[in-house]
Amino acid sequence: MTLQNIGRSVSFAVGRDKPSPAAALLARMGSASRLALSRYGLVAAFLVLWQVSSTHGWVNPAVFPPLNAIASALWKGITGGALVDDIAISLQRSGLAFAAAVVFAIPLGLFMGSIPAVERAIDPILQLFRQTSALALYPVFILLLGLGEASKVFVIFWATIFPLLLSTVGGVKEVDPKLIEMARVYGASRLAIFRRVVLPGAIPSIFVGMRLSATTALLLLIASEMIGANKGIGFQVMNAQYNFQIPLMFAAIVILAALGLIANSAIVLLQRRLCRWSEPVSI
Amino acid sequence: MNLTATRRGEVAIRDLSKSFQISGRRLDVLSQLSLEIRSGECLVIVGASGSGKTTLLRVLAGLETADDGEVLIDGRPVHGVGSERAVIFQEPRLLPWLTVLGNISFGLEVRGEPQAHARETARQYLSLVGLDDFAEAYPRQLSGGMAQRVGIARALAVQPEILLLDEPFGALDAMTKITMQEELSRIWREENVTMVMVTHDIEEAIFLADRVLVLPQVRGGRVKLIDIDLPRPRDRSASAFVRQREVLLREFGLH
Repeated sequence: MTLQNIGRSVSFAVGRDKPSPAAALLARMGSASRLALSRYGLVAAFLVLWQVSSTHGWVNPAVFPPLNAIASALWKGITGGALVDDIAISLQRSGLAFAAAVVFAIPLGLFMGSIPAVERAIDPILQLFRQTSALALYPVFILLLGLGEASKVFVIFWATIFPLLLSTVGGVKEVDPKLIEMARVYGASRLAIFRRVVLPGAIPSIFVGMRLSATTALLLLIASEMIGANKGIGFQVMNAQYNFQIPLMFAAIVILAALGLIANSAIVLLQRRLCRWSEPVSI
Repeated sequence: MNLTATRRGEVAIRDLSKSFQISGRRLDVLSQLSLEIRSGECLVIVGASGSGKTTLLRVLAGLETADDGEVLIDGRPVHGVGSERAVIFQEPRLLPWLTVLGNISFGLEVRGEPQAHARETARQYLSLVGLDDFAEAYPRQLSGGMAQRVGIARALAVQPEILLLDEPFGALDAMTKITMQEELSRIWREENVTMVMVTHDIEEAIFLADRVLVLPQVRGGRVKLIDIDLPRPRDRSASAFVRQREVLLREFGLH
């Protein structure tokens, strides 16, 4: 009958004489660095291996340039402004599409999850659309919307809807019926049950959907920019490769990876703030 | 805490029948059950599994409808859930995204009470179950016994006339269970509420009940009401208690 953190502080206090503050600090730094090593050790090893292989000629440095060459291409691209416009336009495309997907898919998912008849009616067409690759539909969207921004944003939006929609529907349906029954016993109206039980219960799943969708948005962003664009990070990756500016190509790839990581951690941060009661699942 | 004289909490069950269809076969769970539950008494329902004790409780709660017969509370027939009844389930059923205090005031808030006032009432019931220090804790931080205390506080906070308990301590370990039974006995006396409780624990029944309703093991058998005429607070080791236990066990053909 105790809070978890009481248990933790007890185990900390037991069986140890007062350590000097310096020793305690050292011990803490030691355990922190061990933690960092176990978490990021493989990433560091990968980067070191890359650098060493490239400088020693174990791999072809024209294809895998050393990291310092990539870093300087990245630095030049950003400070010189060559990549800044690309980042801006890519962020705009994927951001618009993602925002539209959030606005469209979450309410629809909540509606579908709450009313079985609606889900039954929508699910078959949803599955049909979902299983049709968005990239296969891209030419159709280009025909409909032209080769400009609209078709790019739309194809990203299209692909981004599904993970979010399905996670939202799943989240609503997985809310414990026992909790709903409990609310009913207290006389809660349907609206109150939705607002106070179903919605908060579905939020962790909605966040999982948002993270999957953010990944999808970046994937489709690059694909659409590679097919028909003259600006954007995806375009830069292709363009640099055509012109054999390999360090620049990798610089654009690094930016992509960074965007993905930033988007993911922004969503996780938002989830931590919105639902302190649950831990975000790692995906 | 509430000694309002107008409160009654009397239950009359008239010719109640309920059956379920299970894979095409009709299963009579309750047949022609009639019973009066007195205001402020503690009635404990025991019976073998499948004897319909939980079904009876769920009909009283308004979560199931009877096929036949009726339930009257203070003379008025019951249709669905009602604000004069509160239910405590076997699982605490706390909302994981609300703090302990938020969970206790949940019932009041969905009934339209302003949040500030609901929280104030919730604090009183938090004290009643001895969890003042845990107001801001989240359910995942609580032990099973503590979580069930929160469930009890949430039910009491809406000040029901009738408290319906469905094996509330069934999932707790033996030690916690005894503490909780003593706590519930104290709260029942303080709150002056009618209690109807389902359990499969004979000792729990004798410890808490004014009367024990034994549902028949065989279909169509007769229900039995047994008065538990022991002084309170009850002593589990007293010889009268042990004798009573044997009487009840005999009802189950176990002694």
